[in-house]
Amino acid sequence: MNWPKPSQISHRTLRVWQRNFSVYRRTWKISFLPPLIEPLLYILAFGVGLAVLVGEFHYAGRQLSYTVFIAPALVSVAIMYNAFFECTYNSFVRMYYQKTFDALLATPLNLEEIILGEMLWAATKSVIATTLMGTVISLCGLFEFPGALLLIPLALLGGLLFAALGMICTALVPGIETFNLPIFLGITPMFLFSGTFFPLQNLPGWAQSVAQLLPLTHLVALVRGCALQFWSASLWLSLLYLLTATAILLPLAIALMVRRIVK
Amino acid sequence: MDIVQVESLRKHYGALTAVDGVTFAVHKGECFGLLGPNGAGKTTTIRMLYGYTPRDAGTLELFGLDIDRDIREIKKRIGLCQQEDSLDPDLTVRDNLVGYARYFSIPKPQAQQRADELLEFFALQGRAKDRISVLSGGLKRRLMLARALVNNPDLLILDEPTTGLDPQSRQLLWDKLAALKGQGLTILLTTHYMEEAERLCDRLVIVDHGRILIEGKPLALIRERVGHSVLEITEPDRQVRDFLAGEECRVEDLGNRLLVYLDDGDQLFLKLTSQVRAEGCTLRPASLEDLFLKLTGRELRE
Repeated sequence: MNWPKPSQISHRTLRVWQRNFSVYRRTWKISFLPPLIEPLLYILAFGVGLAVLVGEFHYAGRQLSYTVFIAPALVSVAIMYNAFFECTYNSFVRMYYQKTFDALLATPLNLEEIILGEMLWAATKSVIATTLMGTVISLCGLFEFPGALLLIPLALLGGLLFAALGMICTALVPGIETFNLPIFLGITPMFLFSGTFFPLQNLPGWAQSVAQLLPLTHLVALVRGCALQFWSASLWLSLLYLLTATAILLPLAIALMVRRIVK
Repeated sequence: MDIVQVESLRKHYGALTAVDGVTFAVHKGECFGLLGPNGAGKTTTIRMLYGYTPRDAGTLELFGLDIDRDIREIKKRIGLCQQEDSLDPDLTVRDNLVGYARYFSIPKPQAQQRADELLEFFALQGRAKDRISVLSGGLKRRLMLARALVNNPDLLILDEPTTGLDPQSRQLLWDKLAALKGQGLTILLTTHYMEEAERLCDRLVIVDHGRILIEGKPLALIRERVGHSVLEITEPDRQVRDFLAGEECRVEDLGNRLLVYLDDGDQLFLKLTSQVRAEGCTLRPASLEDLFLKLTGRELRE
């Protein structure tokens, strides 16, 4: 397997990003709706429906309403979904069905730049979703400032990590229907068990240790820590986890895609 | 200086040798044909030329530049029309051209101007705002070709440009390619349509099983290897066969059809039709197809 070299990456990477951005811009009115409406639906369902059953609870030395607890998790899940789905289904369609990568390979771009550009775009979608959702949630008074502003760089980092995970799946799946497997085995369990809808402490000890391996756990911890201004030293460890994982998985995703496409 | 120089190019896929030591050169301003049956190694050769497929051995130079050192510079100067439709379905016809120009770092005003020129040249102005999904096969192929020209390439590479097109679209595309050639553009073309090669190619090679079988100018090759004309006899009977056995000529026996390769003159044809039988006998000029089949055989490939 050939790992990408920094010398292979030029400013042309942004052309791939630009292509996806111009397509996105054509349909922005529709693309903007889910991140604006989704948090409202969740807040309505959990805040009005479930929060009554849960009531206020003690978390990290503070009294919290359930709605405040889950609001950062909604943003974290959106970061994961936007990047992961962009680099799985959408990238796969561009690679396999639309032959977009083939067309780009006849231009001065190289494959490494194309794949990196795709992942940058996926992370950008996470940032867009975070900004829109964060605005709505802030207007509901559920986030604290200035801490919540850190969600934007976090969305970029988390977006790149889940984009890389998605791209690795794209490099490995035999066909588009096989994406069900990583979603069913990876994404859905993460959605449920990463400290999203209940504190990790509620899990049995062994399950807590497993949850510590999941990237979404650390993203949720960071997003919640920043958005609610729960500062603790463990956030540095979560940040280190995300940075290390991204630094490994991003080049791995490129290398696996090169292995898949170049024959 | 040659535009393309390929020397001892090789590519293996496991036990299969796709390209087995191919050497050829494309001169400036000519249309060069790479002919061969399906699976002969044409597309693999083309893909190695623009770095899509890494080669196992051999040297590749385009515009005098080494492919390993200057791949980006080389790709900037190539226009490529791939076999499969790779148009961007998320963009309109015109945006497919303008957007593609961006990958060559062409400034937007120039890209737009070039896009409009190309739309006009390929008679696509009326479809500029259409989505790709509503275009017919012929229109898509015209747009693919227009897109390959967006960067004003010094070399146009066409991989089976008219496969699957109706006769009208094919004729139009041939006219446009001839016009481009007239403007001095160097063209490298793969095809298995002999009519296409005869009409467009100044020089060509016929490849099979990854090897070059023959190289030269189409007409000269036909004359040299096949002859001037071909006498075709359908449902030959004993009398015809006996007659031909007594004549000095090259006969290919296909069972229910005989092909007689003739150097010049129509004496044999006249003798046959007046003395033996006229029915089912046709005299026609020798074609590239005769040469192609002679070299690559008649059995099915896939």
